[in-house]
This record gives sequence, C-alpha cells and structure tokens, in this order.
Amino acid sequence: MAGPLEPLFDVEEMELSFGPQHPATHGVLRVQLRLDGEKIMDAKPIIGYLHRGTEKLFERESFNQCIPHTDRLDYIAAPTNNEGFVLAAEKLLGITVPPRASYIRMILAELGRISSHVLWLATHAIDLGAITPFFYTFRERERILDLFEEYCGARLTLNAMRVGGLPYDLPDGWVERCSELIDSLPKYFDEYETLLTENRIWKKRTIGIGVISAEEAIDYGLTGPPLRGSGVRWDIRKVFPYDRYDEVEFEIPIGENGDTYDRYLVRMEEMRQSVRIIRQCLDRLPDGPVMAKVPKVLRAQEGIVYASVEAPKGELGYMFVTTAKSTQPYRCHIRPPSFINLQALPAMVEGHLVADLVAVIGTLDIVLGEIDR
Amino acid sequence: MDQPLIQFIVIPLVKIVVILAVLLLIVAYLTFAERKILAYMQVRLGPNRVGPKGWLQPIADAFKLLVKEDLVPAKAEKFVFMLAPGLIIIPALLVWSVIPFAPDTTLFGLLKQPIPPYLTDINIGLLFLLGVSGVGVYGVILGGWSSNNKFSLMGGLRSAAQMVSYEVPMGFAVVSVILMAGSLSLVRIVQAQQEAHLWFFVPGILALAIYFCCGVAETNRNPFDLPEAESELVAGFHTEYSGMKFALFFLAEYANMLVIGSVVALLFFGGWLRPFPSWGWLGFLDIIPPFFWFAGKVAVVIFIYMWFRGTFPRYRFDQLMHIGWKWLLPLSLANVVIVALGVLLLKG
Repeated sequence: MAGPLEPLFDVEEMELSFGPQHPATHGVLRVQLRLDGEKIMDAKPIIGYLHRGTEKLFERESFNQCIPHTDRLDYIAAPTNNEGFVLAAEKLLGITVPPRASYIRMILAELGRISSHVLWLATHAIDLGAITPFFYTFRERERILDLFEEYCGARLTLNAMRVGGLPYDLPDGWVERCSELIDSLPKYFDEYETLLTENRIWKKRTIGIGVISAEEAIDYGLTGPPLRGSGVRWDIRKVFPYDRYDEVEFEIPIGENGDTYDRYLVRMEEMRQSVRIIRQCLDRLPDGPVMAKVPKVLRAQEGIVYASVEAPKGELGYMFVTTAKSTQPYRCHIRPPSFINLQALPAMVEGHLVADLVAVIGTLDIVLGEIDR
Repeated sequence: MDQPLIQFIVIPLVKIVVILAVLLLIVAYLTFAERKILAYMQVRLGPNRVGPKGWLQPIADAFKLLVKEDLVPAKAEKFVFMLAPGLIIIPALLVWSVIPFAPDTTLFGLLKQPIPPYLTDINIGLLFLLGVSGVGVYGVILGGWSSNNKFSLMGGLRSAAQMVSYEVPMGFAVVSVILMAGSLSLVRIVQAQQEAHLWFFVPGILALAIYFCCGVAETNRNPFDLPEAESELVAGFHTEYSGMKFALFFLAEYANMLVIGSVVALLFFGGWLRPFPSWGWLGFLDIIPPFFWFAGKVAVVIFIYMWFRGTFPRYRFDQLMHIGWKWLLPLSLANVVIVALGVLLLKG
C-alpha cells in the first residue's frame, strides 16, 4: 500500500472555546481549540480578560504608591512582586538596603514561593482528578498566610516592602513561630509526595506530557520551573544574586526530560530548598534598622534600569525609564513570567488530548493577574 | 380479600414502596456519608451545620434541588433532554427488583409463613441485572447529546465508549461466577456458596478484581470518572442539567454504586451469609440478622469506592480504553477458561 490512508467517512474538526469561564483554566484564560475527536490540532491562548492597565498606572504614581499595584500581579505570591519592584527602584535611586531588611525580604519571598508552589500543587493535582492534595496543601498555606498577616496585616496583597527597606520590623515572637512552621513543612511535603510521586496514575498522566526541550525552552524565553524542568540550570537567585542570596546555601533542582512530571519534581524540591534558605536566614538574622535613610520624596535620575527576581513562576522583571528629577517612572514595563511561559502552551499541547491540556496549563503554573496586568 | 389478590398485588406493592423508600433514603445518606468520609480523609469536617452534626444535610439538599429553577437550554433538544434523566434513573431503581438482600423471613415471627423480603427471584436474575443496568448508558449519551453543548457531547461520547467497553470484561467476570454456581438466579448463587462452604471470592479472586474495576468504570467513579471529569469537561454530560433533573443523575450514580456493591457482596462474598457459614462454633454470629451482614458487606465496598476517590488521580481517556481492552478483557477471558476447567475437573 502506498500513500496515506483515505478516511472512510467525512472527518470534521470541532472548535472548542476552552474558557474563559472554565474550572481548569486558573482564572480567565481562554484557549481556542481545534479538535479532531479529542486530539488537539491547534491551541490558541486568548488573554486580556483581566487587563487593568497596571503599567500605565505606574506612570502616575510615586514609587512607593506603586507597590500595592504590584501585589495584584501574581496575587498568589505577592512578596516577590514587591521585591522585584523595590529592587528596581533602589537600583534607579542608588539606595543600599540595610542587611536586616534584606534578610527579612528573603524570608518573606521564600515563604511566598512555598505558598505559591503549594497552591500550584493543589490546583494541578485537582485538575488531574486527585482532590485530596488540595486540602492538605491549603492547611500549610493557611499557616504561611497567618505569618504574613502577623507581619503586615494582610494575607494576600501584602504591600510588605518599601523602597529602601521595609515598613515594619518583625513582631515579637515571629521568628520563633516562623521557625516552628518551617521545621514542620518538610514532613508535610513528604505527605504530598506519598500521594502523588510514585502513584501509577499520576505518573501516567504526567510523564511524557507537554515535553519541551532545553533549546526550545530557551527559544521561547521560558523561565522558572518550566525552564529548569528541561534541564537548564538557570535561576536569577544564583546567576544574578540580589538581596543576600549570595550569602545563603541552596541548590537549584533541574529535571531531565522537560515533561510535566519533571516540572512537578523540580517544584517539590524547590519548596525544600526554600525551607533551607529560610532556615539559614532565620539563624543569621542580623540586628539593626530595617529602613535605609531615604528622602521623603523620591526623585529619580534620568535613565533606564532593569531589575529582576526569581519569582515562583519564573523571572519577574521591572524596567523603568525615568526623566531627571521625576517622582514617578516615565514608562514602566513589567516582564511577567507567566505571560512568557504561556507562549509555549500551543507547542506543548499539540497532538495531545484535551485531558492533557489541563495538565499542561497546570504545569506552566500561570496566573492571569500577571499575564493581563 | 381473596388469597391471590393479597399474594400478587398487595404484598408486591408494599414491598415496592418499602424498597423504593428505603433505597432512596439510603442513597440520600450515601451522599452524606461520602462527604463526611472524604472530609475526614482530607483534614476537614464536612457538612455539620444542618441539624445535629449535619445529619439533616441530605434532606436540605433534596429540598433545595426540588425548589430550584429547572433550566432547559434554549437550543437543547427538549424532549430528549427531559427523557435522559428518566432513562438513567429507571434502570438504576429497576434492578433492585431482583437483588435479594436477605433470605426468606417471618419478620421476627410476625408472619406464619416465611416470605422473601426482596421483590422477586427470577431464574435469569443476573442477566436481567446486567441487561437493565446496561440501558443506563442511553441516559448518559442522550443527555450529553441533547444538551447541545460541546462539553456535554464529549462527556456523553466518552461514557458511551467507556461503559460499552467495560461491560464486556464485566460480563466475562460474571460468567465465571455463573459457572461456579451453576445458576443465573442471584438467590441460587448465594445458596451455592452456602452449600460449597466457600465464598466465591476465593476461587474467583481475579473475577472479583475485574468485576470491581469494571464496576467503578461503569458507575463513572474515580479514577475512571472521565465522563464527568470536572477539570476538563466542566461537568461532562450533565453540565446543562439543573434542579431535580440533575438530582436524578446524581441519585442514579449512587444507586448504581449500591448495585455494584450488592452484586459484589452477592456473587463473591456470600450475600447475606455470615462468615464461614459451615463453622458451627461461629453460630453466635447468627444473632445479627442476615440483612445486616449483607448491608455491612455492601458498606465496605462503598467505602472502598470513596477511598478511591480520596486517593487517585484520574486516568486519561485513551489510557482507560487501553486498560479495558488490552488488560481486563484478555484477563477476564483467561479467567473464564481457568474457572471452567476447574469446575469441569472438580465437579466432573
């Protein structure tokens, strides 16, 4: 026999609009699918349902007034958003942050990373039909949010950092409570892994799904766990250390195959490394002020700065263009990791089934607040 | 009143009413049990607001669903859309006419003659059960199709493929039990286990595993709950259903779970018999009425169902088909051959 087989009957492709209101799109993402049966021929992410014009808002507000807006980008991990913004502003204004403030920032950022990763695990697992990890992870997330609340009064939109340092010092007993929490966390991570890591169904649903090679991942500009899952050892905390990340020891876990399972393992290990970082920060937390001496009105030089942090989802960068003596950026651009990671979605799901689409959306760990900003 | 009237009209009618009422009550409380059991598996409390410790929750749920607006999508195929919930609930309730949940009883000496508490014992009981519950798939397919919603349609298509393919190994698993018992009557099958002094799960352990797997798939429960996979297909074939129609789908699912549990108990675990029915010194166990033995066995099966739901992720559609056709079907065929040989040699 030569040539491709002729289909015996007419085959019609089905268009399916997956979202924006759908339980598994993690917000208001819409994916326009072309399906052959259940097989995905083409997937097109459509965004913009949550656009608020955050970057434009930044042009009208002073640096410290911008910080609450950053909370609402990746609303699951607010501390890293604050951190990226204040680092960029400090770079622009030439401010050095006192060591105690740096360490507290790192503690908050890593707590934020853990809370973001457990939420990712919860939603990813529930997308694949495992409902129990959801409740386990929320138990730990609650305790982390309690710590945030104790520190700054807010649980989700923290607004916890200022240009030049921090608004408050840690309350009494916070260090002990935090250290108690992080001591108990690895035990809970083991619990999640008991449910999933060696589970046959979990492995069947994740191994070989949404594979992306290291070259492709770099070409797409992926960062964070989607990049490291493909075996590229790239983490802003290591390659361009900010705050005091060069003073603490931690490892960057990487995957091998670039599939959903590897990204799962990478994130699980990242949570353990975060615990390690917090432990070191708590042990060597220096005394001193938490705020540098900064003028009441922050006035920038003319220039362009870019500063980025390793957010839980990848590289989160802020770029400011300022004119001389301006109190606010002339133009601000945010590099949100989710937005750039989402680009790889069509390539990762093509040829897979609809059920794999939710696995891939889950494994990219997107958050729409940051994509649409 | 003359004797035939009582025997053929009154007694069956009373039985039907009692069985249906008790069944629906049990089904309602199964939802409650599932929520509570899952809650305790998931470090939370579950429903605890309505009534003492939440015990009135199922009643409140039923009431809420009854008074809810009954939406029919504008572009739905209205007649079929109305028909589908009926098509799924009727078989789920109808099969209870042949399930013997206890032996003949005098109701603690109230009656002179012992009568069977179940509705009827027909000589093709098992075949009837498989046939009638097979009709339920039409409700799912038609419900998915008539909603005129792509997610529902995909849910309906999935379940059509899933339920049809899992009925095949399920049938073969049942065949091996029929070979052992030599009868299709469910009462006879239990009696055969009594006479053999052996519950059939010992020789039929493979058949039990296959049957239970298929049963989970047939009832669309985790890890085979693809037709209603929430994260992919919103709610699958019943996405567009609301109010009491949705409740009927829901009731049917739980009633079918009970059927699977009952069949497992009847075919493999001696139905209403106490453990080791031939060991005289265990006679003190007879103080527990046979119905409770049966109910206990069903409860264990249902608990395993819920345990699955708390533990497993969901299979993908093609993986499910793979398991059904490439593993369960050959295994069940091999099992039939082995059991047939065994029966031939031992009883020969």
